[in-house]
Parts: sequence; C-alpha cells; structure tokens
Amino acid sequence: MSAEFDISQIQNIIDHGIPHCAEIGVKVHDMDADGVTFSLPYQERFAGNPISGVLHGGIITTLIDTAAGMCIYARLQKYMPIATLDLRIDYLKPATPGEDVFTRATCYRVTKQIAFTRAIAYHSDPDDPIANSVGTFMLKSSKGTPLNEAAAQRGKS
Amino acid sequence: MKNLTTEDFVTLIETAKASKDWQPVFDIIPYFSFLGLRLEPSDDKLICVLPEEKKFIGNPTLPALHGGVVGAFLESTALVHLFATQEVTRLPKIINITVEYLRSGKPIDTYAEAIITKPGRRVANMRIEAWQKDRNKPIAAAHANFLVS
Repeated sequence: MSAEFDISQIQNIIDHGIPHCAEIGVKVHDMDADGVTFSLPYQERFAGNPISGVLHGGIITTLIDTAAGMCIYARLQKYMPIATLDLRIDYLKPATPGEDVFTRATCYRVTKQIAFTRAIAYHSDPDDPIANSVGTFMLKSSKGTPLNEAAAQRGKS
Repeated sequence: MKNLTTEDFVTLIETAKASKDWQPVFDIIPYFSFLGLRLEPSDDKLICVLPEEKKFIGNPTLPALHGGVVGAFLESTALVHLFATQEVTRLPKIINITVEYLRSGKPIDTYAEAIITKPGRRVANMRIEAWQKDRNKPIAAAHANFLVS
C-alpha cells in the first residue's frame, strides 16, 4: 500500500472515495504530517438560519469531522479504516454568510488503536475561529478497503 | 435568502405548533431541505427522520453514513424539539455539541429523538439519540447546549 499525499491525490480521494464530501464540495488546500487544511465554499443550501443565511452548525461539523479524520492519515503517512468515536465542537461565533469556511485539523497523539485530534474552523484568520473542536478516532476500525484504494477503484469504474 | 423576518419565522413556528404540520418550517430552512428532514407521524413524540440517500455516505466500502451528517442530523433534531416545545422568540443558537459515535450508520433511514435535560431561561441543555432499525441499538448520541434567548 503506497500513501500518496500530494494535494491532487487527496482531492481525488475526496471526490471518488467519500460521496458526501464530493456532494458538498470539500476542497483540499494542504495535507502533511503536521495537519490538513480543507475548505468548503459558501452555499445557500447549507444555511441553517433562513433569515440571515448563516450556515447550519452541522455542515461545519461535517467539514471538521472529515479534516480531523484525514489528518490522522497525514500523521501516520498511511491509509487505514478509521471511525470517529467522539467529536466535540464549540461554536465560537456564527459563520459569515457568503464566505468560504476553512478548517485546519491536527492529530496531536496516536496510540496503537486510538488517535486524538484538534481542529478549528475559520474564514480567513485562524486566530479568529468560528469553531473549535477535539475528536477521538478508532484506528483499523474495520477490515474494509483503505480509502485511497477504494477511491482508486471507484475512480476507474 | 427570501427576505424572511424573525417575526415571519416565529409565525411559521406558531402555525406549525397549532397544526402539527412541520413541513413548512423544514422547507424554509435550507439545510433541513438538503437533509430531506421529516417527522415520523406520532401523536405524542417528536421523532425526526433522515431518509436514506446515497449522498450521505462517508464510507462507500462498508458502506456507512458520514459521521458529519449524523452529527448534523442530531443537531437538527434538537432544534426541532426546541421549536416544538419551547416558547420560540428567535432561532435558537447552538453553543456546543459532543457527538458519540456508537455504531456505524448504514445507508438506510435513520431516526432521532431529543430530550431537554435542563430547560434554562437562557440555555437549553439537550440530549439526542439516533438509531436505525432497532431503537435499543443507537448508532449515535449527543449532548448539546443551545442559547434560546
């Protein structure tokens, strides 16, 4: 199993290996052993507030959950089936309608079976975040095909 | 957005409470429409349904729902519960949520129900649980705080 971590490769995995992320339009900006940076373009269909157009918290949860999972692969430099055990998100301020949301996720501790992550969501300034998050993931959670291989198979078909 | 005011929204909620038809409220919230959220017909319970859809899959090999969608569905179910049971004068704002993933969610209909563990004057503390075929085998649970005034 080879782990490729250039941005177009990761984007390909998201577009072909994670249907929900392809649907919402997750974009990859950065992915190395220190962490990952993903973004989501603003889309009115994800607004939770019909008066202001502010995004629903759930779409930020989804972006953070995705980035937090992927930063584990970046840290391990290898793909394997993982599963979210626990994800806590503090919503620090509402996302600004019309603006893209970025997330930066880092994996700060890995054991044989568990990985621990931190993530923030922001518009342009990581020091002025929209949301802060911590997550816990189980490694080798199933005997399924790793994400990169699954995406390669689907990309071909 | 469609020039909706807070007053219009509160009116929609009041109408839904009286008629027990929540579809107009769900239709006006774009992300609820994206999820295809609906209520399970019931006289005394508020059970939300996240319909089976391929676009919610996070892991196609298992296959399993994306954890983010499950979290979003739990948050949405809590909001619906607040709309239906509390005096709503504005859209409640989420402060934080902790989602515990208990089993992988299959790409089939998913159900969720929320309870208010503490209805504060300013903050509502909620607990939400999601399940699929068997209510006794939850796939995820969450607790969340919402600013309600």
